[in-house]
Amino acid sequence: MAPVSTERDLRLDLFRGIALWLIFLDHIPSNAVSWITIRNYGFSDATEIFVFISGYTAAFVYGRAMQQHGFIVSSARVLKRAWQIYVAHVFLLAIYLAEIAYVSNSFDNPLYTEEMGVLDFLKNPDVTILQALLLKFKPVNMDILPLYILLLAWFPPMLWLLLRAPSTALLSSASLYALMWLFDWNLPAYPNGTWAFNPFAWQLLFVFGAWCALGGAQNLSRWIHSKAVVGLAFAYLLFAFSITMTWYFPRLAGFVPKFVGDAIYPIDKTNLDVLRIMHFLALAVITVAFVPRDWPALKSWIFWPAIVCGQHSLETFCMGVFLSFAAHFVFTEVSNRVLTQVVVSFLGIAIMVAIAALISWYRQAERRGGGPRPPAARPGYAGGDL
Amino acid sequence: MTKRLLLLALLMLGASPAWAEHPAECRVAENLAETSFRLPRVTRALAVKRLTVLVVGAGSSQLPGSGGGANAYPARLQQVLAQQLPGVDVKVTTDVKAKRTATEMVKTLPALLNAAKPALLVWQTGTVDAMLSVDPDQFSQALDNGINAAHSAGADVVLINAQYSPRTESMIALGTYAEDMRWVALQHEVPLFDRFSIMRLWSDLGTFDLYSATKKLDIAERVHDCIGRLLADFVIAAAKPEEPPVNGSR
Repeated sequence: MAPVSTERDLRLDLFRGIALWLIFLDHIPSNAVSWITIRNYGFSDATEIFVFISGYTAAFVYGRAMQQHGFIVSSARVLKRAWQIYVAHVFLLAIYLAEIAYVSNSFDNPLYTEEMGVLDFLKNPDVTILQALLLKFKPVNMDILPLYILLLAWFPPMLWLLLRAPSTALLSSASLYALMWLFDWNLPAYPNGTWAFNPFAWQLLFVFGAWCALGGAQNLSRWIHSKAVVGLAFAYLLFAFSITMTWYFPRLAGFVPKFVGDAIYPIDKTNLDVLRIMHFLALAVITVAFVPRDWPALKSWIFWPAIVCGQHSLETFCMGVFLSFAAHFVFTEVSNRVLTQVVVSFLGIAIMVAIAALISWYRQAERRGGGPRPPAARPGYAGGDL
Repeated sequence: MTKRLLLLALLMLGASPAWAEHPAECRVAENLAETSFRLPRVTRALAVKRLTVLVVGAGSSQLPGSGGGANAYPARLQQVLAQQLPGVDVKVTTDVKAKRTATEMVKTLPALLNAAKPALLVWQTGTVDAMLSVDPDQFSQALDNGINAAHSAGADVVLINAQYSPRTESMIALGTYAEDMRWVALQHEVPLFDRFSIMRLWSDLGTFDLYSATKKLDIAERVHDCIGRLLADFVIAAAKPEEPPVNGSR
């Protein structure tokens, strides 16, 4: 099976860009603006979108490379990408440690003696930093990149299988997901517990994205566009929305019949609950039904900021993590009024767009300038960067 | 004129009787301290005029210093309950120790329930589990076990979630644990006192400055005072015997 089209699907860039913005907003602690993000209105959140689209583009880009240059060369490229993400992760970690060290030196409050215990790990930085380099110690909100690194490191054989026997590949990924639920598989974390994004679970969405990119989406399109499926998707989104509302308005909780509650709770993010997958699929079905691939607005300036962020997702993501630290710093040190939160949120997004635009401009200039690299060898062009 | 006064009096009666007595800073968040679940065992205890409450918690259920015990929310709870429930013999016993996970608290729970024979267990947990990133399944399991132990010992349960702590928010991932608590509470139809949202509202509105770095206890004491008061109202409201509302008074 081959990548179906050579033209770039701007919808992928658009929604990945939006997902990156939402992740940024959600990562700023107690941010009033994060009320607009999708996690407050249903079961799934921006992480699902990000992982799915990352799988999709990875297959798109490296699938072609594997057909043209063979398994070894394309695998090397995938691993190189994983290494880049690892370096980015360690860079963010350094910034995080600086922030935490600052807080531990400047904060004291009798109300929070218990909470301050979280800084205890600074007492033995040797162990902590080593564990962080092993991807076992992952501070809050720094779980996505390690997941991504692992998914990429394991992607070459999966891609090989996807290109030969796509159904088998998807099935084996689903089996891994099922086995994970059956045997409680997860990777250990430091100092306790397990990975917050269980790679044995989240690989399913990544592989499903890759499968869609390699022709699966076309096979499904008859189903996706049928009225019944779209109707079901709407119904499910409505159901998820009503359930979510009972979390915010305790008075409504009484209206959820006990058998429904027993059936759906807890909705597990670590292990990518089936309800979350279904919610993501429902969102995807509705998006595909109402945003056609050749929708002219995709090329208009309105969507350009999100699209350019989606096209440079690693840089934008890292910038987002850094900016969310910075935003939290502003809230604690300067002001945490709602107006500040709104301004900081939008300023953050503007900076993300500016950085992405700058990178985009630089790449184009480099390409036009006829750098030393032959343009045909650029894997990133057709499907965007990862 | 008399009629109007009477109506006014009726309206005031219709509102919660505790309402008017709390400081305004506490009342800011009173809408968040409500639940649709009942506390039938507390209702029965009130009927016989004897209410024993057991508070089990970790570090955020106490205050440092010599006066810490008397000013922390469990002591405030006892005082306000006694005020609001005249004629009822109110007793609050506590088991509060810092740095304990839910699992650790559950271990000592049966003995405590046995000794105190409370009609209500107020259980504050979640912070330490989040700090240590305890396996969320294990956390939910501990909550299940604790609630079951309390119910079979004849006690209702009120869960209290973590504090809102803006400075450490980017370091402690409360999310999963807060959600697990909410879900376990729903499943067991147990009221959840949402301390996190209450404190966050106070912080957002500037009622209390929870960002400040200070060694002084004044704000901490006022926060605990308000928590104790709101918690008392919360318990009393959930223990009210269900009856049709008096026409027009609400």
